[in-house]
Formats: sequence, C-alpha cells, structure tokens
Amino acid sequence: MIWQLDLAILTLIIVTAIAAISVKDLLGCAILFGAYSFLMCLLWAIMAAVDVAFTEASVGAGVSTVFFVAAVFRTTRRTRD
Amino acid sequence: MKTVGIIIVFLAGTLLLYATQDFPPWGAPDSPASTHVSPRYLQRAMEETAVPNVVTAVLADYRGFDTMFETTVIFCAGIGCFILLRVFRQRPEDRYYRHIATEITLHVKGGRIPNKSSEFERIDALWTPYDLIIKTVCRILVPFIQLFALYVIAHGHHSPGGGFQGGVILGASVILLAISHNMRTAIDRLSEKADNLLMAIGVFIYTGIGAVCILLGAGFLDYRTLSAVLFVDDIMARSHGIFGVEIGVGITVMAVMISIYNNLASAGKQDEGL
Repeated sequence: MIWQLDLAILTLIIVTAIAAISVKDLLGCAILFGAYSFLMCLLWAIMAAVDVAFTEASVGAGVSTVFFVAAVFRTTRRTRD
Repeated sequence: MKTVGIIIVFLAGTLLLYATQDFPPWGAPDSPASTHVSPRYLQRAMEETAVPNVVTAVLADYRGFDTMFETTVIFCAGIGCFILLRVFRQRPEDRYYRHIATEITLHVKGGRIPNKSSEFERIDALWTPYDLIIKTVCRILVPFIQLFALYVIAHGHHSPGGGFQGGVILGASVILLAISHNMRTAIDRLSEKADNLLMAIGVFIYTGIGAVCILLGAGFLDYRTLSAVLFVDDIMARSHGIFGVEIGVGITVMAVMISIYNNLASAGKQDEGL
C-alpha cells in the first residue's frame, strides 16, 4: 500500500461524497455518485480485495449509474401533482 | 433544526473515528476475523475444492447458503421493481413513424396503428437522428462485451470474477444496445417474457443443484455427491458444482439488470427508453 496514493484517493472520495449530496442538479449527483463508486473500487484494489473491486466497478460505477440516469431522465423540473 | 442535525452528524462521526482506534491494524494476522476459519479456508480450499481462487470457493461452496439467498434478494429486487413500475392497462397512445426514403415524420393519434412495414420505422417521441458512429461502435462492441462476461463467469475459479460480476456485464451489454439504438431493438432480441423467465430460471438452477445433492443422499448444496452423476472424483465434483451455481447466479443477475433498466427507463411501458 502506497500511502501517498491512499491519501489522494481517500481525499477524493470525501470530496465526491460531499459534492454528491450538496449538488443541486440530479444528473450531476448521479455522475458524482459514479465517480465515488469508481474511487471506492480503486481503494478496494489497493487493499488487495480484487473480487470486491471488480463488483464495485461493474455494479457501483457501471450499472447503478445507468439506473440513476434512467430515473433522472423520467423526472421533470416541476412536480405534476 | 439544521444546526441540530449537523451537531449530531459531527458527534456520531467523531465517535466512529474514535472507535476505529480499537480496530486491529490492516491485514493483521492476529485480528479476530482472520484467526477462526480463515486460515483453514486458505490452507485447505485448494485440496478440498480444486479452486485456486479462495474467494470463489468460500462464496459458492463453504458459504453456499449465503450466496443462494443473495441471489434470491436480487430476484426479489427485480420482482419488486416489476410490480412497482410496470404499467399493464394502457390507453391508445400517440406514436411517431418516420418514412425512411423521404425522412418525413408522421404523428399517429391513438387507435389505428399501422403494421410493421419496410417503408416506415417507428421512432421515439423525443427522437434525435441516430449517430452512425455511436450505432456502429456499439453494435461491434456488444458481442465482445458478452464474450468477456462469459469469460468472467467461466474463469471465476482462477481469477477475480464469477456469477455476479459476469451477470452484470452481460446485462450491461444488452442495456448498451438499448441506449445506443432504442429500447424496442433490445426487446426484440430478448423479450420481456423471456427475461422474466430467466430471472426465475437462475434461482431455480441454484436451488436445483442443491436439491439434486439431497436426492443423491447428502446435505443441501453438498456438491461432493454430484460425483455420482458427473463421473469425476469428489474434489472435481465440488469444483463443477461451484461452476453450475455460478451459472445460475449469472443468469438471474443478467435478467434482473435488464428488467430493472427496461422498467425504469420506459416508466413501465417497455416501449421508449433513454
């Protein structure tokens, strides 16, 4: 484990996590969440948990981002009721 | 109220950070997690199951029940999304057709909907002209993604991967087809009925292998007895049992991913997506 790389990734994880909950735009939130998942995947890979990293990359960063974008696509700017 | 929330969050955060000091150091051999069963798995997984990747051996053999119910959870998630989102009774809706030769768009108000023809193609309400580069690249890429997914499932014994990851990649290839072309193209390839059947078939394969073990006179998911059917010794029978279970997991995960995407992106109508 290289501590400089570890520190950089952990800092970026906190930055993306705070940005994802504070950003106003839903699409931006979905993309930031994907970035967060990808950084988590890097962290798992650094900790030698390659199976978990693989799952995080395919489920967290891949498919769930698509699901979020698909759900955001079906929302409207104003509520309809 | 907001300040109270922030104070509570910070207090809980400091408490959690303080508690991490009691954790054993990362990767310590004398930590509680790696003193009881982990050494036994690490030492004997290879000779007992002939699977070099210990994670797969633990996941599908030693902890087979866990993975079975994990698969069931994913199946239930797919069923839940289907029940919540799917719209069954539809009013006759507006459709858009495009004359391929002249590129004129027709707006058909409900009721009489023309049959499939080679002169007109149905388009989405928010249709933008297809991008030739995106369409071609995705069409060429999809078979390779599917091949890689099958490799991930089949090679889970020797490298990271297995049913879950391979199933997700397999589902993502069909989702890529639905995004790059349109949803009807993907549903023509894999119909809704077949997809929902596959969801159940995957769980059925997993539990079926467990039930076969009972019929052969051993415990549920005790793959050693499969040696009588597969004509191999006990160790290879466990290896093949793990492989069969992984196939079941892969089928369920793939079908659930496609089903959730189709229902989510089309708001339950399964005709127009992203």
